[in-house]
Amino acid sequence: MSDTTVAELSHEIEGSGQGRSLWQDARRRFLQNRAAVVSLIVMIIIALIAIFGPLFAAWNNEEVDWNVLGDIASMGGPSIENGHYFGVDELGRDLYARVVQGTQVSLMVGVIGSLIAVTFGTLYGATAGYVGGRTDNIMMRLVDILMSIPYMFVLILLLVVFGRSMWLLFVGIGLISWLEMSRIVRGQTLALKSKEYVEAALATGVKHRVIVTRHIIPNLMGIIVIYATLLVPQMILTESFISFLGLGVQEPNTSWGALISEGASTLQYGTYWQLVFPLAFFIVTLFCFFFIGDGLRDALDPKDR
Amino acid sequence: MTTQETVLSVNDVKVYFKIGSTGLLGRREQRYVKAVDGISFDIKRGETLGIVGESGCGKSTLARAVIRMVPAHAGRVLWMGEDLLELDSEAMRDKRKDLQMIFQDPLASLNPRMTLGQIIAEPLKTHFPQMPKSEMREKVAAMMKRVGLLPNMINRYPHEFSGGQCQRIGIARALILEPKLIICDEPVSALDVSIQAQVINLLMDLQKEMNLSLMFIAHDLSVVKHISTRVMVLYLGNVVENADSDDIYANPTHPYTRALIAAVPDLDKPAPADRASLMVDGELPSPLAPPSGCPFRTRCPLVQDICVSEKPPLTETARGHSVACHFPTASPH
Repeated sequence: MSDTTVAELSHEIEGSGQGRSLWQDARRRFLQNRAAVVSLIVMIIIALIAIFGPLFAAWNNEEVDWNVLGDIASMGGPSIENGHYFGVDELGRDLYARVVQGTQVSLMVGVIGSLIAVTFGTLYGATAGYVGGRTDNIMMRLVDILMSIPYMFVLILLLVVFGRSMWLLFVGIGLISWLEMSRIVRGQTLALKSKEYVEAALATGVKHRVIVTRHIIPNLMGIIVIYATLLVPQMILTESFISFLGLGVQEPNTSWGALISEGASTLQYGTYWQLVFPLAFFIVTLFCFFFIGDGLRDALDPKDR
Repeated sequence: MTTQETVLSVNDVKVYFKIGSTGLLGRREQRYVKAVDGISFDIKRGETLGIVGESGCGKSTLARAVIRMVPAHAGRVLWMGEDLLELDSEAMRDKRKDLQMIFQDPLASLNPRMTLGQIIAEPLKTHFPQMPKSEMREKVAAMMKRVGLLPNMINRYPHEFSGGQCQRIGIARALILEPKLIICDEPVSALDVSIQAQVINLLMDLQKEMNLSLMFIAHDLSVVKHISTRVMVLYLGNVVENADSDDIYANPTHPYTRALIAAVPDLDKPAPADRASLMVDGELPSPLAPPSGCPFRTRCPLVQDICVSEKPPLTETARGHSVACHFPTASPH
């Protein structure tokens, strides 16, 4: 620590013209958090597997291996020789290819779902908070009402009534998760709005639109990034739960939740790998996201400054 | 001195804040906080008006009402003969070029995500969006030099600076448009005493150079004495005394002003024997329910019956010296 201060001091004495922005500070703090950095690396590996995994698969995810289908419990286990690195599922399909496919779907649900939630929640919350007054009141009461609806029940009902589809799942998850985001953003906006630098900008004659984009949003970014990272695992969990109930993604598509559900139901035949591999990916990813989110919060939290 | 033109003329401005909003079910009674209750004053070109008073007396609200940061209830704010309170928002935006403000908390008034260069250039960008980048950079660099910031600091962020430096940045931002009036809302009360003097002297130098008018709000009388040409004392949203700076310190007429001046500790002079009798007890009454008659009567040592029934008007007792009291200079000082 003393080394860095000395380095910083000499840096200042030399009078280099470049300042450290808050983002640079945050990055330095994030990189000092070992758990977060390891999680980030693991997360990148998982994402790479999702993208490039199919290239290394010996089997297609839809092919049935008739050689092992007769006796999956003893012959369908993980093996390098027959190309089933993770074994096969109960229909004789390559589990590695299936897990890669499930990873793609689950990560997509998580990332797209939280992107919808973050974008919409930020716009909604920032508008309510900045405009204030009656508008704010009406907008936030609407959020309260929507929040009081038992959304899992509604989502399941929607999936049953309109049939199971990926899009409905995206929309359903995305549309309910922005509520919390909008509350957080609104609260932050209210706090930022009364900051003296916003007042200074107003006194200079800066337009409201510019104040939101130049002064409010950049100062909200920290909390948005943190919340988005913590939202992804939440999305994945919700999707997995729905899929576990058998209402989520449809065959031949799959997700971690669907794979875990299948693996759990065949556990009694001794095909442990059908549960272990998807579950391992699932748990590792969730942990990674939580650690990364934690690291980001420590790095970006303004109270630390 | 009398030939100088008046740039800002504030006329009976009132700022009331409504409290007790209408609930969902039925109306609740409307009450008002009278933050500023009919204040008038003039500022001439190149002049500094010091505004003093204890916390909650409406100093900051008055300043914000002048530049329409809070809506005024009534009154007129004549800026070079034009009523600012009647301009539409577009015209007002244009006027803001001439009216700038310096804030109390130097760090909080700077956006932590912007570099010093961006912060100082923001007013230029707002009012002269077509100005070429190079010209803007030149102007920023020149202004930084003028307020005593090194050119290599231009890409630094506010959190890398000390309070005094941050206030210099705030001053540079306020001056970059070459305004005519600067409102300083307790610009030095968050700074160390040694830095205070630097910032005050910087402000005074710049004032002389650019022929600026200042509206200087403070609760530190010695600071105000140093910088002001005129001093206005506020109490509970009302002017109690308004006079030339030298005059008011030598010759305080209102009991409240006398108490304020007596409360300033002075190492060179022994405390006046009657210091205790000059002091005021108690607290500022709530502006929600101000006392009848004279606002100061609840704490005034000289209170009489007439003070309860009648509010003393601001009257000129000597040339350029106005006071709102039924018994001005009732006791020798």
